[in-house]
Amino acid sequence: MVQFSYVINDELGLHARPAGLLVKLASGFTSTITLKCENGEADAKRLIALMKLGIQKGSNVQFTVAGDDEKEAVAALEQFMKEKL
Amino acid sequence: MEEIKGQSAAEGIAIGKILVYKNQQITVDEHKVDDPDKEFERFITARDKSVNELVRLKELADSKTGKESAEIFTMQKMLLLDPDFEDAVKDEITGQHSNAVFAVKKAGKDLADFFSAMEDNEYMQQRCADFLDISDRIARVLENADCNLNTIDEPVILMADDLTPGETIQMDTTNVLAFVTGGGSVNSHTAILARSIGITAVVNTGIEADTKLNGHMGIVDGDGGMVLIDPEDEILEKYEEKLKKYNDEKKSLEELKTVSTVTRSGRKIGLYANVGNIQDVVRAVDSGADGIGLFRSEFLYIGKADFPSEEEQFESYKKAAELMNGKEVIIRTLDIGADKKADYLNLGKEENPAMGMRAIRICLKNPEIFKTQLRAIYRASAFGTISVMFPMITSANEVGRALQITDEVKKELSDKSIRYGEVKRGIMIETPAAAVMSDVLAEKVDFFSIGTNDLTQYTLAMDRQNPEMSEFLDTHSPAVLRLIEMTVRNAHEKNVKVGICGELGADPKLTEFFINNEVDDLSVSAPKILSLRKHIRELE
Repeated sequence: MVQFSYVINDELGLHARPAGLLVKLASGFTSTITLKCENGEADAKRLIALMKLGIQKGSNVQFTVAGDDEKEAVAALEQFMKEKL
Repeated sequence: MEEIKGQSAAEGIAIGKILVYKNQQITVDEHKVDDPDKEFERFITARDKSVNELVRLKELADSKTGKESAEIFTMQKMLLLDPDFEDAVKDEITGQHSNAVFAVKKAGKDLADFFSAMEDNEYMQQRCADFLDISDRIARVLENADCNLNTIDEPVILMADDLTPGETIQMDTTNVLAFVTGGGSVNSHTAILARSIGITAVVNTGIEADTKLNGHMGIVDGDGGMVLIDPEDEILEKYEEKLKKYNDEKKSLEELKTVSTVTRSGRKIGLYANVGNIQDVVRAVDSGADGIGLFRSEFLYIGKADFPSEEEQFESYKKAAELMNGKEVIIRTLDIGADKKADYLNLGKEENPAMGMRAIRICLKNPEIFKTQLRAIYRASAFGTISVMFPMITSANEVGRALQITDEVKKELSDKSIRYGEVKRGIMIETPAAAVMSDVLAEKVDFFSIGTNDLTQYTLAMDRQNPEMSEFLDTHSPAVLRLIEMTVRNAHEKNVKVGICGELGADPKLTEFFINNEVDDLSVSAPKILSLRKHIRELE
């Protein structure tokens, strides 16, 4: 299991388009990927659940990744978050 | 045979099947089903069909507006396929034995309600529209409801009561042979769209579009402003002959693509294209346009849930500049308001929107919106020849403020070492005030472009969207022509170039008037370029 956290920098928070891209990216890995923030937690492969968290700018989100490809998943997710959010 | 009379909005002849478009809400009848598993299967089939629609829509948006705006359809597709959505529908069908349409609409509404209740998160609140949209899409498929404008599978004559700018921008027009609308006017957005892509159109027929006409044979005579339904064989033959002649003529114009635009005695005038999206730019290149005289940036803003980002705009402007390969592309900054609206702008309801918050007024009041666009324009200028043009100017003060904000954007880019090219700055002359003050305004800018549609509307105080004005509205009003003459004279005294970018620019009856007044260029919709070039080459 690997964890990392990231503070959302985007003005609109984790808005729909990047959320969609995030789900796409997460779905490419076999590991379970959970995203946790102050409003609760959600499976990063489920878009509606992710959007329901209503993550805004400044939120600290914590990723928990567990599975065979967890290292690759974390690397890809971290890069994605930095680039898009 | 039935004959319907309307106004000709775009010339040409179309023969084909009629498809009636009604933007009606699906009325949900709630009832219990005997076989919930089978009902759930119906949902899955309809959902997959809806997913295919969205895939097509995305491809369309890719080619029309660029990658980033197309992502919205990918996002909607993911929402459709989301297990949470599927579960909600499944629970309702298997648990309550509800019919699929009801279950889908309920699932969509529940999600929409959830998001609109996120009071501290305005962005997520607005997402409720996406959930209503996706559930509507499936409901339409389930109910075999009227066509979706985005997916028209065979060539048709599209009949509607009227179409909003949002509907027209989303439409896949590759299979539309002609538009026929009950309302609208020759200057409504549907009409302008039809002209810009070269589709025949008859508007203001005063007839309600009746779904009974679906699949019936129709002839649209764009020149005569007439529609014939279920024509007799001999009339059909006559029109087929006409259509052939029309197509032959079109072919002969193709030869004029590469020749210059000069009269017999050697007088020159530039022929530019008006464009409303990237597809239009491609058409402009195909028609041998000398440049883009009016890039209507509104398409990036209309029919959207949110503001277009700087990147999205940059990609579109860059693409246009690259496609034109060094030829000038004049980008008009946001000209929204009045009859073209976007919900996210939160423009209040106005008593008189044509005279209210629109175009440069919105930009000067919200410099951040304006700056985002200007940054995108300037960044794109590194990839071709781009000019920027401000709409709805009425005073030197407004020009000064717009130029100052532009200077700030330039400085910010320079400070960050971001590259940009030399961008000429111009204004639209489309209010009588700007025309009257053109001698003063000419001192501030590099070029003018006369927008004859608004100039006519504001000079004559006649609403161009109002079909009842047709009888009073003199499209060649001497009052407007005098303002044009005066503007050109004042501009040339200060070495400022003048173009015409309104509908009058394409009016062959006025071509000689423009050439005599030494107008520098005419900007017209791409399909008009070749015939106008032919006309100019026949003048003295």
